[in-house]
Amino acid sequence: MAAHDTSFWSKHQILEKNSIILVIGILLMISVGGIVEIAPLFYLKSTIEKVGGVRPYTPLELAGRDIYVREGCYTCHSQMIRALKDEVERYGHYSLAAESMYDHPFQWGSKRNGPDLARVGGKYSDDWQRAHLAAPRSVVPGSIMPNYAFLFDRELRLEHLGEHMTIQSIEGVPYTQEQIANAAVDAAAQLNPDDKNASAFAKRWPTAVVRTVAKPGKITEADAVVAYLQMLGTLVDFKIYDEKANLR
Amino acid sequence: MTFGEIGVSIALVALAALSLLIAAKAYTPEYAFHAYLFAAASVGGIYAIVSRYMGGRPVAAQEIDGKPNYNMGPVKFAALISMFWGIAGFLVGVIIALQLAYPVMNLDLQWIQFGRLRPLHTSAVIFAFGGNVLLATSFYVVQRTSHARLAGDLAPWFVILGYNFFILIAGTGYLLGISQSKEYAEPEWYSDLFLTVVWVAYLLVFLATLWKRKEPHIYVANWFYLAFIVTIAVLHLGNNATIPVSIFSAKSYIVWAGVQDAMFQWWYGHNAVGFFLTAGFLAIMYYFVPKRANRPVYSYRLSIVHFWALIFLYIWAGPHHLHYTALPDWAQTLGMTFSIMLWMPSWGGMINGLMTLSGAWDKLRTDPVLRMMVVSVAFYGMSTFEGPLMSIKVVNSLSHYTDWTVGHVHSGALGWVGFVSFGALYCLVPWLYNRPGLYSLKLVNWHFWIATLGIVLYISSMWVAGIMQGLMWRAYTSLGFLEYSFIETVEAMHYFYVIRALGGALFLVGALIMAWNLYKTITSPSVEAVPAGRSQLAPAE
Repeated sequence: MAAHDTSFWSKHQILEKNSIILVIGILLMISVGGIVEIAPLFYLKSTIEKVGGVRPYTPLELAGRDIYVREGCYTCHSQMIRALKDEVERYGHYSLAAESMYDHPFQWGSKRNGPDLARVGGKYSDDWQRAHLAAPRSVVPGSIMPNYAFLFDRELRLEHLGEHMTIQSIEGVPYTQEQIANAAVDAAAQLNPDDKNASAFAKRWPTAVVRTVAKPGKITEADAVVAYLQMLGTLVDFKIYDEKANLR
Repeated sequence: MTFGEIGVSIALVALAALSLLIAAKAYTPEYAFHAYLFAAASVGGIYAIVSRYMGGRPVAAQEIDGKPNYNMGPVKFAALISMFWGIAGFLVGVIIALQLAYPVMNLDLQWIQFGRLRPLHTSAVIFAFGGNVLLATSFYVVQRTSHARLAGDLAPWFVILGYNFFILIAGTGYLLGISQSKEYAEPEWYSDLFLTVVWVAYLLVFLATLWKRKEPHIYVANWFYLAFIVTIAVLHLGNNATIPVSIFSAKSYIVWAGVQDAMFQWWYGHNAVGFFLTAGFLAIMYYFVPKRANRPVYSYRLSIVHFWALIFLYIWAGPHHLHYTALPDWAQTLGMTFSIMLWMPSWGGMINGLMTLSGAWDKLRTDPVLRMMVVSVAFYGMSTFEGPLMSIKVVNSLSHYTDWTVGHVHSGALGWVGFVSFGALYCLVPWLYNRPGLYSLKLVNWHFWIATLGIVLYISSMWVAGIMQGLMWRAYTSLGFLEYSFIETVEAMHYFYVIRALGGALFLVGALIMAWNLYKTITSPSVEAVPAGRSQLAPAE
């Protein structure tokens, strides 16, 4: 028995004596799990639900999302309502994979120092969002969120938005050439109901909501963040969503 | 000049020129600042190479008197700077802990608000502190166990300095608002690209040193170092697949989206834990615990079984970060199943580490350094039991998004990674500097108890806070309404956040005591009659 064991364990010496074989062995072992868990997500049709309403972010919303990403909001806010009774009652319908299908990167988060934001859109008024962003404790006394007043002083830069959308379209976000070409124009138009491009904007972005700026005559980063927050989770009409058709 | 010196110099000249071009046309001043840093670092590198050449540097001998002429300069640098980054990272941890208890601590300064400091804390402790400990120990261990000088002339220094430059770029980037907001992978595309180059050099230096080994067998610690280096490379490339908006923009967009990106992220994120914070530090355990206890590793066969099982199973565990989310159920179930199985190889490692003390348990009374490492292995055992428990879906439904996760992470990070690193550095510094021993074992004792008390405060407050928060979120009144608004659950956390900050502060105090102890060790008189450049204090292999 002992002699048999010795010969079995001695086979491991091949790996112990050849660094390249050892590296290949390691690579093989670590490949399996990743391939099995990740690759099917790209071809199984059930991965992303069939659902109406989901559209790419408008240039302004995308700019707001970039600021959300820049500031590390994910460190305190999730954007993923789990399929649990209390979460659905607190935040709304559980999140669908389809609702973040254009999110580069995803922002589901991992910690709720603050509430989930997946369906925060429309829950509060723009005024409330602005007041809260500038000084959270002015509207929620117990809040531990930092003040983001500086976002109201930083002017939103529009000149590179088209490039941002071009990269996203390369990565599979269905932006049209026209939407990309008019990125800066549309960002401004989404913040002014009387904009001269208002009708062109409405044609390019039929389901986008037009808002107003916080500070007259100036587009700030805060405007973009509010536009982003206010559209979160609002795209899918769950009255007509067929849950049974998307069982996974 | 050697071929390597010429080649590296040309590459650095090209990098400096490219950096200046980017600085001139950068979309944002923050990115331009980074480009200038790259240019300055390149010029500094060229200066170092040229001045070394002009100084008529002697060619470092591979062997002196038939004994390997170990290259310990890069090891010393990494060991000392790890202490610096550790203290910086712990300090930022204390600050963000206070910010959660007292939001006024954000000071209304955009650069130090929680959202920017939190990645700074995690990167500083994991990649700057932990990473430099891994670099230092791996370069030390691979030389000693191979009986060979570190491979390469400039390469080891490029790895160490390049890695720390990456840390500098990543860290200042967070403060300036450059982040891709992928947890534990926040640095933007150009930092990632640079790190890739450094990491490939790291792998090559490590492998080439193994190729020079005098022993036919590769020592078990080196298997773990190799698994760590190779797998981190794979994870880094997969999770950071990104397209920059422009070469003149710091911003990029990850090619993966939504649910696929989530899966990639936690495939990466959980295996940053599995391979950076586990495999790498298990390598430390496999060298430093036997060395310090002066006992052989308990079981050779157990090390084989648990090594292969660990690296095979860990990779599957990622989806347990995504329970009940929009990730398909089949993936969640796989993640949970493999996470539970992972308990076994994890405890295989723990048993192998602890049982190495067989016949030497009495040393725990007299050697606080060994005690620190043994307690680290115990913490490893504890958090690798808690992890599988939390990966069970029903448990996770309570723990996820709460501070329980934070407490779990810190029992592993402070208890396991922190303590085993401290133990390794306490061993390493006297060896590297030819000192008869540490300046004060009494101070090690103080460090051990203060830090342990800190950990206990930290994890127990986070257990209570996390479980309480999870229960409050799901509490219903007798009428069937949710009992608490979200803000009530935030307010309930306050005292626990204060206790947590206190625990973190104690851990920081322990590290400061350690830094003082190491400083006094290095400045104390060295062992007489030891030829320069050789560390004879380490026991022979």
